[in-house]
Amino acid sequence: MERRSPAFTVVIYAAALLLAAVLLIPILWLFLMSVSSAADLAAKPLRWWPADLDFSRYRILLTWEPNTMGQAFLAAIRNSLSVAFMAVGAALLVAVPGAWAVSRNPQMEWSLYALILTYMLPPVALAVPLYLGLSWLGLLNSTFGLAMIYLSILAPFTAWLLKSGFDAIPRDIEASARIDGARLDQILRILILPLAAPALSTAALFALLLSWDEFFYALLFTSDQKAKTVTVAIADIAGGRVSDYGLIAAAGVLAALPPLLIGLLMQRAIVAGLTSGGVKG
Amino acid sequence: MPTIPTTLRPWALMLPLLVVILGVVTWPLFRTVSLSLSDAGLVATSGTFVGFDNFAKNFGSKAFQAAFLNTAWFTLLSVGAELVLGVLVALLLNQPIRGRTALRGLMILPWALPTVVNAILWRLIYNPEYGALNSLLLQLGVIESYRSWLGQPQSAMLAMVVADVWKNFPIVALIGLAALQSVPRETHAAAIVDGAGPLARFRFVIWPYLAGPLMIALVLRTIEAFKVFDIIWVMTRGGPANSTRTLSILVYQEAFSFQRAGSGASLALIVTLFVMLLASGYVAIMRRSALRG
Repeated sequence: MERRSPAFTVVIYAAALLLAAVLLIPILWLFLMSVSSAADLAAKPLRWWPADLDFSRYRILLTWEPNTMGQAFLAAIRNSLSVAFMAVGAALLVAVPGAWAVSRNPQMEWSLYALILTYMLPPVALAVPLYLGLSWLGLLNSTFGLAMIYLSILAPFTAWLLKSGFDAIPRDIEASARIDGARLDQILRILILPLAAPALSTAALFALLLSWDEFFYALLFTSDQKAKTVTVAIADIAGGRVSDYGLIAAAGVLAALPPLLIGLLMQRAIVAGLTSGGVKG
Repeated sequence: MPTIPTTLRPWALMLPLLVVILGVVTWPLFRTVSLSLSDAGLVATSGTFVGFDNFAKNFGSKAFQAAFLNTAWFTLLSVGAELVLGVLVALLLNQPIRGRTALRGLMILPWALPTVVNAILWRLIYNPEYGALNSLLLQLGVIESYRSWLGQPQSAMLAMVVADVWKNFPIVALIGLAALQSVPRETHAAAIVDGAGPLARFRFVIWPYLAGPLMIALVLRTIEAFKVFDIIWVMTRGGPANSTRTLSILVYQEAFSFQRAGSGASLALIVTLFVMLLASGYVAIMRRSALRG
């Protein structure tokens, strides 16, 4: 490697520090707002570091009392979780066999490319008929209905991720299993799925994050605590009459916590998935 | 599965996936097409056939033209800034510096932050009375009084772009970094021995590896930016004075606020057409690189 001048090294480290600040400060600020007293937040100019930490908003949001903001927020978390688990489960159920078929039959690859096209469709292109369809089925404002709609995003997406995961598993293993008399379902269950476990869990996590993050369909298809998801609930809190900005920030922190933790823990898998090019940016 | 002919077996495995897509994507898409040719409302849906009236009316409308320009402007600024920042940060993260691994880990944070939380965060930062940006700029002496960053048409779109770029440049940078790491060390070393300067090395050694993945990032980000809804809805709902109203926001308002399903569907199809053009470009690139690799 080329030897670097000291000036170059200084510039590089300064840039690295700047980058770290740019990445961290907004998120740190969200947290600081959530624990600053209302008086500190209303000061002009701001009091950047709170005089004392005030965790009361977290207590407000995490208390299950009838007709409180806490109940609405916790119900939204529950709804988001149940939508995510239903949608991710169903997506994997249909995507695993499909992705495996495509991986083992290259002549079917075009169908997966067609699937990516559907994944890229703008949600507004489907929103009106989906609304009318859900309304006809009586599934508006239901977590089940919303989860079914999320399949339009999650099924093509997981199929695409899984296909590249399956591609990495050598075909010889299956061939020898078949010679030994294993049936197709046995091959899939006993051989392929365990080997594909990393790809499966990556796909499931990505799908979970997508589902947790989704806002547009949830805004359209849910209307109250029965089905409203956390993204809609915090947009409500932020857009409503709440005058305490710390409370809005605390709701944001709580909604962001699960994906941020997953992101940090699964860093390696996520970066690999993101950079393979098949993933929404 | 003894009854299914061998050639159809893979398609049998594919069937559940196809049925799902048929139900939640293909069918609604065709319904959107037929709705777009009618004057149906959202509640009383049985409209009558009006041909291409909706398209003609919308193409000619000021609201559509303004929303199209807003969308194009948002896309150009956001994606442009994300690409430039992304490449610079990728080059930085490819340097042998201490703490590089931790820095790469931090890059995940904006990506993992939910879009709606990001929008709320920046709305709080831009707050005209208590926002951090006002306070910071005032304390630095850049401004003399607090401003309503999202409340004025001149600054609202730029403020929006900054929030979007902060969330999305890390993705471009990580894609760029992966590409940089595929540049063979020997080639790079040989170029140095041959006396190539930093710019020449970037152009002739690094760029050939970077161009393909960047192209993919460019198309993906362009598609996402063109569809933008969430961040704008939460931050400004398309305001002030419709200065941040993009096509997706316009479709939402037309179809759901004004309950004109037919007209909204025609607008949605126009957006779809643009997105599909971009998406076919993406698929073409992916297939080409799949064939090569």
